[in-house]
Order: sequence, then C-alpha cells, then structure tokens
Amino acid sequence: MAHFDENARPFSHKWLNERLAVDTLKRVLSTEYWIPKNINFLWAMGMVLAATFGLLLISGIFLLMYYQPNTQLAFDSVNYTIMSEVGYGWLWRHIHGVGASVVFLIIYIHMFTGIYYGSYKRGRELIWLSGMLLFVLFSAEAFSGYMLPWGQMSYWAGMVITNLFSMGGLHLNGLVEWIRGDYVPGQAFLNRFFMLHVLLVPLAIIGVIVLHFGTLRIPHVNNQDGEEIDFEEAAELYKAGKVKESKVIPFNPVFLSKDVFVMGVYFVIFFYLVFYHFEFAMDPVNFDPADPLKTPTHIYPEWYFLWSYEVLRPFSTNIGLIAFAFAQVIFFLLPFLDRSPNVAPASRRGLFKYWFWALLIDMIILTFMGKLPPEGIWSTIGLVAALTFFGLWIALPIITSKEKKL
Amino acid sequence: MKELKILGVVVVFTLILYWGVEPFAHSQMHKHVEGHDFKYPDLPALKVKGNAENGKALVAACVGCHSIKSQGMAAPMDAVTSAQTYGVNPPDLSNMGALLDEKFFAHFLLDPAKVTKSKHFAMPPSAGSEQDAADIVAYFKSIAPKEISPKEAYETACGRCHANRYDHWTQIGEVPKTKSNIKTGVDLDALAFKKKVGIYENKLADYMGKLPPDLSIIIRARSEQFLETFVEDPQSQLPGTAMPRVGLTKEGYEKVKDYLEKTGDPSKPKREELGPWVIGYFILFAFLAFLWKKSIWKGHH
Repeated sequence: MAHFDENARPFSHKWLNERLAVDTLKRVLSTEYWIPKNINFLWAMGMVLAATFGLLLISGIFLLMYYQPNTQLAFDSVNYTIMSEVGYGWLWRHIHGVGASVVFLIIYIHMFTGIYYGSYKRGRELIWLSGMLLFVLFSAEAFSGYMLPWGQMSYWAGMVITNLFSMGGLHLNGLVEWIRGDYVPGQAFLNRFFMLHVLLVPLAIIGVIVLHFGTLRIPHVNNQDGEEIDFEEAAELYKAGKVKESKVIPFNPVFLSKDVFVMGVYFVIFFYLVFYHFEFAMDPVNFDPADPLKTPTHIYPEWYFLWSYEVLRPFSTNIGLIAFAFAQVIFFLLPFLDRSPNVAPASRRGLFKYWFWALLIDMIILTFMGKLPPEGIWSTIGLVAALTFFGLWIALPIITSKEKKL
Repeated sequence: MKELKILGVVVVFTLILYWGVEPFAHSQMHKHVEGHDFKYPDLPALKVKGNAENGKALVAACVGCHSIKSQGMAAPMDAVTSAQTYGVNPPDLSNMGALLDEKFFAHFLLDPAKVTKSKHFAMPPSAGSEQDAADIVAYFKSIAPKEISPKEAYETACGRCHANRYDHWTQIGEVPKTKSNIKTGVDLDALAFKKKVGIYENKLADYMGKLPPDLSIIIRARSEQFLETFVEDPQSQLPGTAMPRVGLTKEGYEKVKDYLEKTGDPSKPKREELGPWVIGYFILFAFLAFLWKKSIWKGHH
C-alpha cells in the first residue's frame, strides 16, 4: 500500500508525486529519456509529424462545426459556408487541405530515413511495424476525408476505390454494396465515411501514435552511424557533467530545442503553402459538385497514393489487384526481408545502397505515371516501373543475405 | 555541412516529385490552347465607320425582343415568357457597347450563328449591311456607361444561362427577399420564384441541350488559362459545346473574372493580408528557437 502524507497540501508537488509519480514520469519520458547525439535534422521528422497531426486535428475540429454530411449540402457547406461565411473558415480549410498533403510528404521522408539508416532492425522492428500501421491509418484517414466535400473527385474516387473490393474475378459485388450501403456512393456512403474520418480512424491513429512512441522507448532512437550505444553508461557520463564526451543527450531540453527549431523552419514553409500555394493540395476537379452522370476525363488519387495506384493499373484486373495487395503489405515485411545483420547507413552497406536509391527513384517514377493518362509510352514506363518494384522486393533478401558483416 | 547536404537531397527529391505530379502531369493531361487576347483574328476588320445617329434609328428593331433599360426601354416580355418563346431570355443591351469587341459585335449582327459558333443561336441576322451593323455598334458604344461593375458584366455576358448560387443569382435575376408564414413556415413567394426558375431552367436545358453549369466556384474548378481561352472561343476547348462565343473584350473578360473570383474565391484578399503576418511570426519563432538551441547545445560538441 502506497504511503500518502495526510498533511500534504492538495496539488502540491508532494501530493502529486504520491498520486501520479510526476517526478518519475518526467525523468523517464523527458529529462532522462536519452537520445543519441549523433543525429541530423531528419530525426526531428517525428515531432514535425506530431505537430502536423496537431494542426490537422485542430483545423478539423473547427471545420467539423460547420460541415454537413449530407449529399445535398456537403459541397456548399465546404465551399460556401466555410469558405465565405465562417470567420477564418478559409484558413482552417486550407490548413487542413495542405496539412493532409504535407503530412504524407513528411511520412515518406520519415520512412525513407528509417530505411536508409536501418532503423527497423535489431530491437526496432516494432517501431517500424507500428509506424507502418500509422501509414495505413493515415491513408484511410486521407481517403475518407477526401470523400467529404462531395465533389466530382470525391465521388468518382470513392466509386473506383470501393470497386476494388469486388476482388476482380471473384465479383464480390455484394461486398461492395455492403461497404457503400447502396449500389453507388450516396447518402449512406457519405455518412459512414464521415464517421470514419472524424471518429474511428482518428481514435485509432491517436492510439497507435502512443504505441509508436512506446515501441521507441526501450530500443532507443537509432543514430547516423547505426552505432550500438550503451545508453546507461553514456547517461552516467552525461549526468556527471561530461556532456561533451557523452554520446547521448536528454530528450528535454537538448533534443527538443533542436526539434523546435526544425519545426519553426517547417512552419514557415507550411504556412507559405497555406497562404500562397495551396492549389497543389486541392484538386480543381473536386470543385465541381459530384455528378453521378458525368465521369471526369481523368480519375486519379491524391499524389501520395499514386505509386500504389500505378502498381495496380498496368495489369489485368486480377493480377493488378494481387499486385496492389502486395504493394500494400510489403513494407510491413521490411525488417524480416532485410537479412543483413548490419545496422548502418545504406551508403556503407554494399548492394543495399543501390537498392535504396533504386526503390526511391522507382517509386517516384510510379508516382509520375500514376497521374498521367495510361497511354502509349506512359503505360510502358508504368509497367516497367511496377515490375521493377516487385523485382526490388524479391531481390532484397538475396542481396542483404550476401552482405558482409561490418 | 553534412546536414545541409542531406537537406539538399531531400529538397531536390521533393521538388522533382512536385514537378512530376503537378506542372508536368497537368501539361500532359490538358490540351494546350493558344489564346488570341480576345482579338478574334478569324473575323475580318470592318471596312466602314459607324454612325451613332443612324444606329439609333436602326435599334428600334432590337427592342422588339431586347430591353435597353439605361434608355428607359423595357423588355417586351418577362424572362420566363421569353425563355418559353426563344429558349433563353434575350439580354438587356444597355452595357453591350462597353463589353463586346467592336469587330465581333458588328459581324455578330450580320450573322449571329456563324460568329458565335453556336449551332442553334436564337437570334436571326439583324443588320442588312456592314454599314448598318457598324452604325448599331456605334450607337451602343455611345450609350455605354463609362464604368461597369464586375457583377453587371457577369449578368450581361453569362447570367442568363449560368446561375451563381453563392451570389444568390439565378438565370432570371436575384433571388428576392421573401418572408415565410410564421405559423406554418411556408414561404409561398419563395416557392413561386423557385417555380419560375424551374420553368426557365427546363426551357434553357431544352435549348442548350443541357443545363449550363452554375459558375459559383468555377474559378477554382478550372485553370486560369482554360477559362480565358474557353470564354474567348468555347469550341477551342470543348468542340461541339452549345456555349456560344460571346465576344467579350479583354477588359470585359477581366471584369467577368473579377466577379467569378469574388464569388468563388472570396478569401483571396484576406489571405494576402494575413499571410505575411503568419509567416513573419514563424520566421521570428524559428530564429528564437535557433538561439535557444544554440544556448542549450553549448558545450555538447
């Protein structure tokens, strides 16, 4: 039984300590949460993501006060009510739209940083897996949110993506109708995607963010050289005042001070986009109200889904769906497909170096082709890039098992 | 230094990505149409000079269908009856001289269907000779107001086919302010107006083949280049479209665009006002954060 001092003043330090262990919490989560010193600004992307998620959450709460999840009203509630009648509604909407796009850019940078430095290995597998889970959840969040303005692209992207669940040759039309709640996207469809976007998926995201932080606490953050640090020893050195010799820094305030600076620079760019260059995140096609009788000439997802869309597109329906399913799960398997014992930056890992850059460039090519109309040379390049994508993942266990131990 | 190199790599890949999915993709997806600055080079220059006095006499024929409100000449029929007769309500002519290109206007009077490139244009040829046409144009220029508001430009050039619900504009005019019955909530006047708009829209859709779209937010749904070349010559962007070439001058088009911007992108002035403050705030924030970081990291390297 814990001991409670009856004379402690309510909410005094002692009183809180006995009930919440605030000193221990602060030590474990902040002042003695050790981070390697040998890192660069890419290590701040986690905090940048958290901050962007915060912006999305806050702007979303304001938008939610005026948005109408009704097929007759949704378009004008977004484009008229929020944009011209609500004070600063346009600002919240542009923050939300730009944030949704930029958050994926940062996620991809964060992911490729992890791949480059091998931060998914040797005790860090769960960090990678929970991160991938977040990627999937953010994708669901982005897609469901894209339905809400009920523009042409909302409607037709909703149609195309839910159609995938018929599973091609299996013709599971019943499943598609069950998901839509109707034969075509309509009121039931909009309502359930609204629920997913504002409740279920954000709830799951918040939960998995906590898990993601949790998975990080014991294996600690990786560093620029993949060096295995004895954190306890380094921490003792730091606490003894030898901050220069120690290989670690405390999360608060040393690591945080750098994070905050990186966030400051990031926000300058972010708000430049919000005020002067938001069109990239808000497709013109979606400013036409949903029209079930008129299919847009080009249907394409937002940029961050283009690579997986292009993995699906060059093939016949069934093979395409299998390819698509492969692309969705393959990144989860990265810690197990990489057979090398080395935790080091890709530049020091022989063939893996080429594998890393080939994957990055291949995914950028897939992204380009995913938006272009699938005609002539574009579909050939798309097909080659899609096949390369599979080839790279098949090659990964082979080249990494041959890698020399550093 | 190493960090700047890494930053450089991230920035380069990000910019390549942006280039591919935005400017490059859009350049491949949309056909490029060259504009002519609203000069209508397909129409020959006028060989004669118009005389407004003579034009005034000829205009007596116009008011059989059109109103010229600025000169106290009312429309012979209301908008709905006009639509039932012609398919669309003929425009008020008060501002035509200020909005239309002179050359276009004169050729239009000689052969409306050909000049508008619209398959079934309701208006018949309305000038006997190039001289008559030039005289009529001169008359309309003489009565044209010096300053036309963006909204008037829209009403004259677009407003009888295209509603703009964000500005409460219907093809038959402003939505009137009405009151509902306090006991029942029924607003008979509003319902009556809605019915009139409905009859008009049905007739208009028959005439045009489909109902021309509401333009409330078209400014964000189409690129600037598309709108400009489309209004200048609808066939260039959408071959076969029922939309007629309306013959605006460059200035006339700019007015229409101003109006569309006001209804479709009303936050533009507010963005431009607030933007520098927010960005300035974060520059200051980043600078202070940098100083804080420097002081905290002192002795760490």
